[in-house]
Amino acid sequence: MAGTPLADRILAFESATGRLRAEAGFSLFDLNRVFLARGFCAPVAPGTQFITLGGMVAADVHGKNHHRDGCFGRHVTRLRMRVGDGTIVECSPEHECDLFRATLGGMGLTGHILEVECRLMPIPSPWIWRESERIADIDRFIEALKEAGPRWPYTMGWIDCLSRGRGLGRGILMRGRWAERAEAPSDPPRPRRRPAIPFVFPGWVISRASVRAFNSLYYHRHRTGVKRGIVHPESFLYPLDVIRHWNRMYGPRGFTQYQCVLPDTAGHGAARRFLELLTSRGGASMLCVIKDCGDEGPGLLSFPLKGISIALDIPIRDDTQSLVDALNELVIAEGGRIYLAKDAFTRPDHFRAMEPRLPEWTRIRRHWDPQGQLRSAQSVRILGDRP
Amino acid sequence: MKVAVLGATKGMGRALARRMAQRGDAVALLGRDRGDLERSARDLEVRGGARVGIAICDLERPETFAPALEAAEMALGGLDTVVVTAGLFAAQDRLEADPELARRLLLVDFTNTVAFCEEARRRLLARGGGTLCVFSSVAGERGRKPVVLYGAAKAGLTRYLEGLDHRFRAAGLRTVCVKPGFVRTSMTDGLPTPPFAGEPEGVARRVLRAIDAGTPVVYAPAAWRGIMLLIRLLPRFVMRRVGF
Ligand SMILES: Cc1cc2nc3c(=O)[nH]c(=O)nc-3n(C[C@H](O)[C@H](O)[C@H](O)COP(=O)(O)OP(=O)(O)OC[C@H]3O[C@@H](n4cnc5c(N)ncnc54)[C@H](O)[C@@H]3O)c2cc1C
Ligand SMILES: NC(=O)c1ccc[n+]([C@@H]2O[C@H](COP(=O)([O-])OP(=O)(O)OC[C@H]3O[C@@H](n4cnc5c(N)ncnc54)[C@H](OP(=O)(O)O)[C@@H]3O)[C@@H](O)[C@H]2O)c1
Repeated sequence: MAGTPLADRILAFESATGRLRAEAGFSLFDLNRVFLARGFCAPVAPGTQFITLGGMVAADVHGKNHHRDGCFGRHVTRLRMRVGDGTIVECSPEHECDLFRATLGGMGLTGHILEVECRLMPIPSPWIWRESERIADIDRFIEALKEAGPRWPYTMGWIDCLSRGRGLGRGILMRGRWAERAEAPSDPPRPRRRPAIPFVFPGWVISRASVRAFNSLYYHRHRTGVKRGIVHPESFLYPLDVIRHWNRMYGPRGFTQYQCVLPDTAGHGAARRFLELLTSRGGASMLCVIKDCGDEGPGLLSFPLKGISIALDIPIRDDTQSLVDALNELVIAEGGRIYLAKDAFTRPDHFRAMEPRLPEWTRIRRHWDPQGQLRSAQSVRILGDRP
Repeated sequence: MKVAVLGATKGMGRALARRMAQRGDAVALLGRDRGDLERSARDLEVRGGARVGIAICDLERPETFAPALEAAEMALGGLDTVVVTAGLFAAQDRLEADPELARRLLLVDFTNTVAFCEEARRRLLARGGGTLCVFSSVAGERGRKPVVLYGAAKAGLTRYLEGLDHRFRAAGLRTVCVKPGFVRTSMTDGLPTPPFAGEPEGVARRVLRAIDAGTPVVYAPAAWRGIMLLIRLLPRFVMRRVGF
């Protein structure tokens, strides 16, 4: 796996245009610290800030604003990379555009990203205006997401994926935007302390019963009707980052993540069918995240397409492989696909069935790395690379 | 503060220079690679807003010391603080197998670092005093199997800094000796991470407080103060048995 956390310098920033150039290890955390107070934010709002520009390109990350602003790659203007034979190449949407498109979402397999140039977005204040609302079931959830999309830059929902029947897919919808200067507190938000999960919990802590209790509490704690107000940007943008080592909650065997997108063309019923399958298999996920996605972007292996994305944590159990297989079969039947950045179990034939773009991407990858120098554990599993 | 930093292109020096630039100190960077110094200067300029000067200074070339400090004084319009984080590390096995590397390490981490400090001392005292902050190491506290040579160089450096502090504090030169424990930087990249490892940002916060206060000795991360107290108390026959 590639990475550059030690190369984290800002190389240039133009405040007139918001154009930033930095080494690929520059983190979103650092970006927020340096630029929010100056009136700029990252062009996408993923669920964690402990990621680097290089990782954001390699996974072509998307966030709560995907329905409006697309993936990170749409805002990247230039990349400097070291390709398989060691040469350094600059690429952009205009120059070596094949390499550029194959690198967005290419999971580092087209070359080592050294520098990233992108556009930041101007914001009126570093605070967030948030509204949240309790939603009774999956159909209403999708309607509410689609309805909020045109008016709100940031939308996402938490759903309780254990509740069945009439409450299938109930949850809390969040909508947000950057607060106007007049609404926001006058001082900048202070960095927040993060408590840590101190040790690995025993495996029984995350059981169906405890997750059911947690999800139900989370749902019912929110009163009916809409809650609104100004909140700290980190609490809205990165709710999971608040607790360090949250993965320890899942016990010694840990968990895997799973994220898929189901196209709008498959109809609302697709998300319902997905949740029905998931709940019938009893994959005890804590709250899972549902998100409205906009159109597919230029990245050749980028994950999102116009539809609804669902992301879950799945505690590792003996039957995890068969659960992922079953979910993937449903996703293929609905015309959707999975997110490589979160995947640890998908089978190669399933991936090929989801990705008609794969041959084109593979052709470009081979062109830039004919010897197959760049491989990962994931590319060995899914793309059949030699170990 | 008007500060010259030798070693800010990476690691703890980079983190410390960022903190100083962000709070508005005037910073000049000394180092051996012009292109790399320029990249670091741009980083600090975006974060801090002020211009950052650079000058070539290589701990393996003592003839660069005076001109580099001279250039820093010109760029800063004065000088009241000098920080040295530059240093060389290599594993004991490698040093034993490669006497030339061992000689270089002893030269860089002790003799030439001291020579650089002497040049900085003269210049600071000529301006009425200031602060000299130098990164030594917890490796200099005891003779230990994995760091025989590196530890010896750092032990010598620590003693030099202690003497300097005693001799010149009254004249206005405050010496700050930093003893990092294990910190995740390019120097330790690839080594197994022991307990109580620190991050450069945390070290920088602590060291900047020590520079402001003129604290003569600072362990970073803080936990290493207690750990080293225990290690200093261990009898010799125990040190001979243990592997660390
Ligand atoms: C709590 C949490 C929430 C998340 N929420 C979202 C979300 O909302 N939206 C979303 O899109 N993703 C999300 N993710 C996934 C995450 O954004 C991606 O996995 C991202 O790629 C991680 O970046 P990283 O810098 O940590 O890279 P790593 O995790 O270190 O690496 C990820 C991939 O990027 C490659 N890579 C990293 N750096 C480079 C480089 N310099 N050159 C070439 N390849 C490189 C690696 O080879 C690897 O394939 C989330 C992850 C977590 C843990
Ligand atoms: N990391 C630890 O765990 C640890 C523990 C105890 C003590 N220390 C000490 O703390 C200090 C900083 O360490 P670090 O981890 O931040 O190191 P680092 O990341 O390796 O950075 C070392 C810095 O020193 C510079 N340098 C090296 N040799 C030089 C030379 N001959 N001339 C000029 N500059 C030179 C490097 O410049 P280039 O960019 O040109 O290479 C770099 O900027 C060192 O003195 C080290 O011995 C570190």
